[in-house]
Amino acid sequence: MAFQLLPRQGECVINASSPPLAVELNGITKRFPGVVANKDIAISVRKGTVHALIGENGAGKSTLMKILYGMQKPDEGTIAVDGEQVSFSSPGDAIARGIGMVHQHFMLADNLTVLENVVLGGEKLYGIGAKARKKIVEISDAYGLGVRPDALVEDLGVADRQRVEILKVLYRGARTLILDEPTAVLVPQEVDALFDNLRELKAEGLTVIFISHKLGEVLKVADDITVIRRGTTVGTADPKTATTKQLAELMVGSELPTPETRESTVTDVAMLKVQDLRLAATDPDGVVREVLAGIDFTIHKGEVLGIAGVEGNGQTELIEALMGMVLPDGGVITLDGKDISTMPTRGRREGGIGYIPEDRHRHALLLESPLWENRILGHVTEAPNSKRGILDPKAARKDTERIVREYDVRTPGIEVTAASLSGGNQQKLIVGREMSHNPKFLIAAHPTRGVDVGAQAQIWDAIREARREGLAVLLISADLDELIGLSDTLRVIYRGRLVADADPATITPEELGTAMTGAARGHLEATDNPSAAADGDTTEDEAR
Amino acid sequence: MKKFDKDRLLLAAAGPALALISAFVLTMIVLAASGVDPIDPLRIMIDQAGYEDVQVLIVNQAGIYFLAALAVAIGFRMNLFNIGVDGQYRLAAMVSAVVGAKVALPGPLHILLIVLVAMVTGAFWSGIAGILKARRGVSEVVSTIMLNAIATSVIAWLLLPKNLGVQPAGSNDLTTGDIPESGWFPALSLPGGDIYGFTFVAFALGVVYWFVLNRTRFGFDLRASGASESAAQASGVEPKKMIMTAMLISGAVAGLTGMPLLLGESHTYNLSFPLGIGFTGITVALLGRNNPVGILFSAFLLAFIDKSSAGLDQNGYAKEIGTIMQGLIVIAVVVSYELVRRYGIRRQQQKVGEELAAGHALKTDSKEVAA
Repeated sequence: MAFQLLPRQGECVINASSPPLAVELNGITKRFPGVVANKDIAISVRKGTVHALIGENGAGKSTLMKILYGMQKPDEGTIAVDGEQVSFSSPGDAIARGIGMVHQHFMLADNLTVLENVVLGGEKLYGIGAKARKKIVEISDAYGLGVRPDALVEDLGVADRQRVEILKVLYRGARTLILDEPTAVLVPQEVDALFDNLRELKAEGLTVIFISHKLGEVLKVADDITVIRRGTTVGTADPKTATTKQLAELMVGSELPTPETRESTVTDVAMLKVQDLRLAATDPDGVVREVLAGIDFTIHKGEVLGIAGVEGNGQTELIEALMGMVLPDGGVITLDGKDISTMPTRGRREGGIGYIPEDRHRHALLLESPLWENRILGHVTEAPNSKRGILDPKAARKDTERIVREYDVRTPGIEVTAASLSGGNQQKLIVGREMSHNPKFLIAAHPTRGVDVGAQAQIWDAIREARREGLAVLLISADLDELIGLSDTLRVIYRGRLVADADPATITPEELGTAMTGAARGHLEATDNPSAAADGDTTEDEAR
Repeated sequence: MKKFDKDRLLLAAAGPALALISAFVLTMIVLAASGVDPIDPLRIMIDQAGYEDVQVLIVNQAGIYFLAALAVAIGFRMNLFNIGVDGQYRLAAMVSAVVGAKVALPGPLHILLIVLVAMVTGAFWSGIAGILKARRGVSEVVSTIMLNAIATSVIAWLLLPKNLGVQPAGSNDLTTGDIPESGWFPALSLPGGDIYGFTFVAFALGVVYWFVLNRTRFGFDLRASGASESAAQASGVEPKKMIMTAMLISGAVAGLTGMPLLLGESHTYNLSFPLGIGFTGITVALLGRNNPVGILFSAFLLAFIDKSSAGLDQNGYAKEIGTIMQGLIVIAVVVSYELVRRYGIRRQQQKVGEELAAGHALKTDSKEVAA
């Protein structure tokens, strides 16, 4: 057995010949009025290791880390750092004890340099001048972070920013680093680079607590794994012997869903046809940039077209152009044989486009409105929401109840505001709403981002189900497993162009990741050397 | 879920209650600090409201405030801050008074024409701000404030005798000439005085406002735009069109604000036509949370403060106490509503968590029903 269940608090399983513990949490319980967020948590983190903390969204990982980082106080339980009992009342206390946190969302000032960002708030440590710069270079070299102190943060990519965040924490003297979902924003190659950094840290005797729900990554980098489910530690696992499947089952307490859809439902009836879509935008510096150029693709009935790409390469603009939220500079969009290039958003929605946006809070929900009003949003002109311009709240409420039931939205009622639901349940409501109008074509942008494993499976099921009935889907996702698993056809977007295509049956996430950085073009063959894949079999994009 | 409904109602009432209590307490503190008896002026004001003639004044004033507040509220519901209600209302009153005095039509038609002209004028004036916002992205706050100033000058110029104005014999006043009796709106005569007939039209408009906002597609789009512009756009609302429409409707209703007085009493636009109604309308809309019933209550409250504070002078107190009170209400409203809103969101999230933890999800409920 690769993992062991924890029978009760305190009796955690530690490998033999255990070195001193960097952090030991015992019997941690945290209650919020009416809800127990953490219960009897017991974790032992060995010094000089990468300790992964895994669990579904909402399992209580974040609360636990906030407790360890001094942002919240536990109601019960003890925290020991380096064998000494401590009690933190603010992050300052935690930092003083050598515990630092790298948040999921970076907290950097774009218009300042790396040096300025690092010293900001820590001016007393090494000043703000030459001494601070020396220290930064020293840390950067020691752990192979490759940080340039004088670069402007706004010029840095996501991976570089993350390294700056790590450096910021090290600069403040942290010996134990908490990384909250650090890989969520990275492409596979960047993830590997990050893991190399983590190994460096480990080699220097630092301790890393790594929060994630990507099990493959956890197995790759962690020395110890603790699994949290429903606010309590349910087991530990040895990454050398555990499999992702075992971990997942421990995490959700049941079988793990997979995005695989192998039986093809693709027909030869074109549902959405995009020809030579172009869009230019002026950036803040006044430079006109092509954000979309020569976009050409066709999605057939029953086909899922996946678009891979590092965020910010034109995906958002492509979606907005398809939805009619921005008017492209040129190109033709045809839906089910009808030219919709100049049709307004509402017309396109009525014409059968369903839309699961990448940012549900900005584009799919009225957070302070009740669920049933959110059910109307986007479909106000359609049955059952209204008749001849007049709303039908009764029918809308009834249908909302149906969606809540059929899509397993966990809510005490349909009068609560959308803001009071968890992300996964909000997303299920959105998926349910979009599917309720029998779309011909669905835009699904990161449909399972920030969603727990259970909801993920339900959303995948809903997409697969609709696909079987002839739905055409444009899938955009940063989760390459999801992309490869769900798609019938894959395209790679890079700097506003579709630069490569691939067969999801044979492609690996690593090969796809290479193409996403612009290194590989054309048709990607499943070879050991993906950069040499651009052969004679070029795509139509390449041809032009 | 009944519990959440009750909760929401309670919270909805808590905001205004908190605001009013703190505003009154603050007023008393201000009075005490300035060396005046903090209770006596309030008592006098309440006594004032007992007189029938003051009551009639309050009802008439409330009708006017109600219209101004509706105009503001329409903008508020989609996050448009129409500060220009005052200018729109005065220009509309003046132009419609001119037209009303120049034509002679049978009764109802005459009134209808005046009302229509007022609405069109108000909409025209707010429409300028609408176009600026939709086309050029000019903040409607800035443009409507400026349009207020411009309206003041335009009215002053138009009201010159060499243009449209009329100077009644033996008077310093300037008017637009008298509207013939066919253009007078019948009033409800009470022992305390006449209640303008248009006041009832105003209150009826509150029902229309509620229906349009809560029961029509257009109203949903408008509210969605106010709740989240980005979500509304993604749902198919065209933001520019929506800005224009909301601004035009807001201006048209603002144009109606002068009608109770014009059709019911003055029958002409003159130099003593009240100034600042549009600004009081902002207070009323804020206090009433853009809800027609709330606006009705707060219109009456503000009208009460206005009319009953007039009696303070005779009792040796400054009637500006009423103005201070109004100002304090605005501050208290803004603060307390935000507090209550945040508390409400937090509380609901907590309660939802609680309910789910207790396994009371809707799903299980309905399964039991189905079984």
